[in-house]
Amino acid sequence: MGMEHEAASAIDAYLQQHETKSLLRFITCGSVDDGKSTLLGRLLYDSKLLFDDQLAALEGDSLRHGTQNGELDFALLVDGLSAEREQGITIDVAYRFFSTDRRKFIVADCPGHEQYTRNMATGASTADLAVMLVDARKGLLTQTRRHTYICALLGIRHVLLAVNKMDLVDYAEDVFRPIEVAYRELAASMGIEQVTAVPLSALRGENVSSRSRNLGWYDGPSLLEHLETVQLVRAADAIGFRLPVQWVCRPDQNFRGYAGQVVAGSIAPGDEVVVLPSGVRSKVARIVTADGDLPHAGRGDTVTLTLADERDISRGDVIAAAVRPPQVADQFAAHLLWMGESPLLPGRSYWLKIGTRTVSAQVTEIKHKVDVNTQESLAAKRLELNEVGYCNISLDHAIAFESYEHCHALGAFILIDRQSNGTVAAGTLNFALRRADNIHWQHLDVDRTARARIKGQAPACLWFTGLSGSGKSTVANLVEKRLHALGYHTYMLDGDNVRHGLNRDLGFTAEDRVENIRRVAEVAKLMVDAGLIVLVSFISPFRSERRMARDLFAEGEFSEVFMDTPLAICEQRDAKGLYAKARAGEIRNFTGIDSPYEPPEHAEVHLHAAERSAEAMAQQVVDVLLGQG
Amino acid sequence: MHKSAGHYANGVAPTRIPTDINGSDMTNIDTLAHASHLNQLESESIHILREVAAEFRNPVMMYSVGKDSSVLLHLLHKAFYPAPPPIPLLHVDTTWKFREMIAFRDRRARETGCRLIVHINQDGVAQGIGPFSHGATVHTDVMKTQALKQALDKYQFDAAIGGARRDEEKSRAKERVFSFRNAQHRWDPKSQRPELWNLYNARIAKGESVRVFPLSNWTELDIWLYIYREKIEVPSLYLAAERPVVERDGALIMVDDERMPLQPGEIPQLRKVRFRTLGCYPLTGAIESEADTLPAVIQEMLVARTSERQGRVIDHDPAASMEKKKQEGYF
Repeated sequence: MGMEHEAASAIDAYLQQHETKSLLRFITCGSVDDGKSTLLGRLLYDSKLLFDDQLAALEGDSLRHGTQNGELDFALLVDGLSAEREQGITIDVAYRFFSTDRRKFIVADCPGHEQYTRNMATGASTADLAVMLVDARKGLLTQTRRHTYICALLGIRHVLLAVNKMDLVDYAEDVFRPIEVAYRELAASMGIEQVTAVPLSALRGENVSSRSRNLGWYDGPSLLEHLETVQLVRAADAIGFRLPVQWVCRPDQNFRGYAGQVVAGSIAPGDEVVVLPSGVRSKVARIVTADGDLPHAGRGDTVTLTLADERDISRGDVIAAAVRPPQVADQFAAHLLWMGESPLLPGRSYWLKIGTRTVSAQVTEIKHKVDVNTQESLAAKRLELNEVGYCNISLDHAIAFESYEHCHALGAFILIDRQSNGTVAAGTLNFALRRADNIHWQHLDVDRTARARIKGQAPACLWFTGLSGSGKSTVANLVEKRLHALGYHTYMLDGDNVRHGLNRDLGFTAEDRVENIRRVAEVAKLMVDAGLIVLVSFISPFRSERRMARDLFAEGEFSEVFMDTPLAICEQRDAKGLYAKARAGEIRNFTGIDSPYEPPEHAEVHLHAAERSAEAMAQQVVDVLLGQG
Repeated sequence: MHKSAGHYANGVAPTRIPTDINGSDMTNIDTLAHASHLNQLESESIHILREVAAEFRNPVMMYSVGKDSSVLLHLLHKAFYPAPPPIPLLHVDTTWKFREMIAFRDRRARETGCRLIVHINQDGVAQGIGPFSHGATVHTDVMKTQALKQALDKYQFDAAIGGARRDEEKSRAKERVFSFRNAQHRWDPKSQRPELWNLYNARIAKGESVRVFPLSNWTELDIWLYIYREKIEVPSLYLAAERPVVERDGALIMVDDERMPLQPGEIPQLRKVRFRTLGCYPLTGAIESEADTLPAVIQEMLVARTSERQGRVIDHDPAASMEKKKQEGYF
């Protein structure tokens, strides 16, 4: 029993040490050529975490697949899947584990090529720090800039710049220093202030876990020393207690608890809280865990809260400090990294998961995309795989949120394709586009059905699109006259009329055209809600905006009417003399001349203006609307 | 769930106060990174288990009776306390498990109040499939891999929680926490869903399923330290004791019942051994050990020079065998 006792106390001491041991998650960036897998294999080897059988397997593999002439090839330790071994590249995120006496480490090992940007973002999403590898012979490359940008985008604030292969440049300080200086500048330009640069040789194990004599001029820490001791400073945590409700615990009638992880701040029984988005208030009664009630809980703890009052709270709600609650909104500006094989389509509906909440969302506008290599802003109508875009996003429900910068847990989201169920995008919220928390939706006893019933009609929106001078307004006017004669309640929204009033602050740039259409679509929606048949006559040249308009309406309420008049005829008519001015260069961005028109692909009504009279076309529209076409 | 005060009550809650090793000002330090890594792993796993319960229609937890399963069962209790776990346990019984495992399984299910489903591939039983008569590969395929698929199809589970860890084997290092399987239960390593932050995508079409691995980020050492800290009960096969074994192809195989055919001259010897993993007794090698207490086992592991999977006959060559098995639906 004496020996057992000894072992027990030794383990107790060991466990105690582990209890105070912290966890650091980091990502390694760089390509196989930079020696990334070798560095990682070396860390595992040096931390003596390899067992005899793994070493034996490594020796065998080194002879068969190795690139080091039969010497131990550490890269083989970490390149897992057979496809990768054959191709010699790391194609997916792999997670490695090692620990020292001071810390446990979880390493996300990611591929570096541009076509694997999504994999790197995945690894970066949970990392506290990035190890950025560069080859001392090559210095900073395009990929260094790209990897740093992805890390910055995902909110990593610490970078360890590992200048590798120093053995191949004679351990020269004057090779290392310019790389360090250039990198600090690059990182700072992307908002990363914490940079530590270490010269090393992964292959020879110099400055990896122990200092190198060949690098005597360098007096900083080795790579591992830095990882063991780096302090993780984050922006002043200005936000209060936040707990996204994950699970409502109701074992019986007497207990109702809200289970979740504290993602910010701390909480104690008696604290006032507010539940969002509903806004109901209460006080925390107990902090329940299987190990007994806690006097307080802090960030990272998974707990179950009970409240002083019986409230209707469900999964996806956020319980927050009443004194400093988060904002609630349903429209956001956000960065999106597209991960789907098929491109992002603005206006298409996706599932959005944020915290424990899943809502329906659409990207209403791609403001611009960002070249991941140069960080230039580029105009874009869609986002392809691995592209980053700055977008406006609209949700079907308001949610409580924080900007990603302040709180990853309430500012990070994924988009899920509704057909394939694939995860197609990662996003970070920047700010709300309008204060939805100041708009209270009134529950109206007189609803749209009641309004429509009293008018004896099915409300609808007829959206006329086509080139300037194609005859949209002429036909729309005739349609309205006929409907009026038949006793229907109508209203006409015409491009020119609206531009003189509601939209007189807007010009003809791409952004203004989008906003122009958005406002008109929203007005049309209100009118349809009021029970009217609304005729909208707008050039509306872009499919994405027409789709955005369509998505505002219920199924069957919205009909696109395409005035298909050849440009030559429109230009020949030129009732307002606009084509002449556009040709003369006096008007810029004129649809059909120097700005494109995207014809509808599935218009409900397709009018061939060259072949039919305006009256015949108006009758065709009326017939379709009233279900006789 | 039956909550015996004796079993879970350690007397005190594990310390949750962040400890800063350098004693510096904590106000601007990321406290999460300074909380004990065991607490962080526990929190992460509980979060994953609650996501499964919330997002799936008919989830199940694979219970294999080993130490990782014991940890999962403990976390399951914690995740839903004070409610009983809303997720049943499934044990795929190959009929060749150590006898002690079966007794332990039945007792723990009774004590925790969890619903236990046991599935045996009756076709395999009818054909007399076993590791001695058909070899490890056929036996594992029929009685384990095929049996698991049968059970998933029979009960229409849309999520199956398993205790696999990423540190166990190279191909597992790239597996997701929520690992998508098509309607044929196959894993395609090339088309895994990106998994960012702790936002798990649980959406699937009818017939598809997800394997969930809440212990992905735990290492073997973490498992043992957690068992020790939380006083979690594990089968005594993990502790050294005098057991009848024979030596075959360098592995010590325990003679657990009369079905084991002895070769000429082979005589079971009583040796002090323990097991690092538990499975089918004919396929699980023992190691000679003096470690008959949990602290001794942990201490022995700290100086161990062979990795955990070596004891599993199934993993030996070809090199990528585990990846292949997983693609076929092995857990």
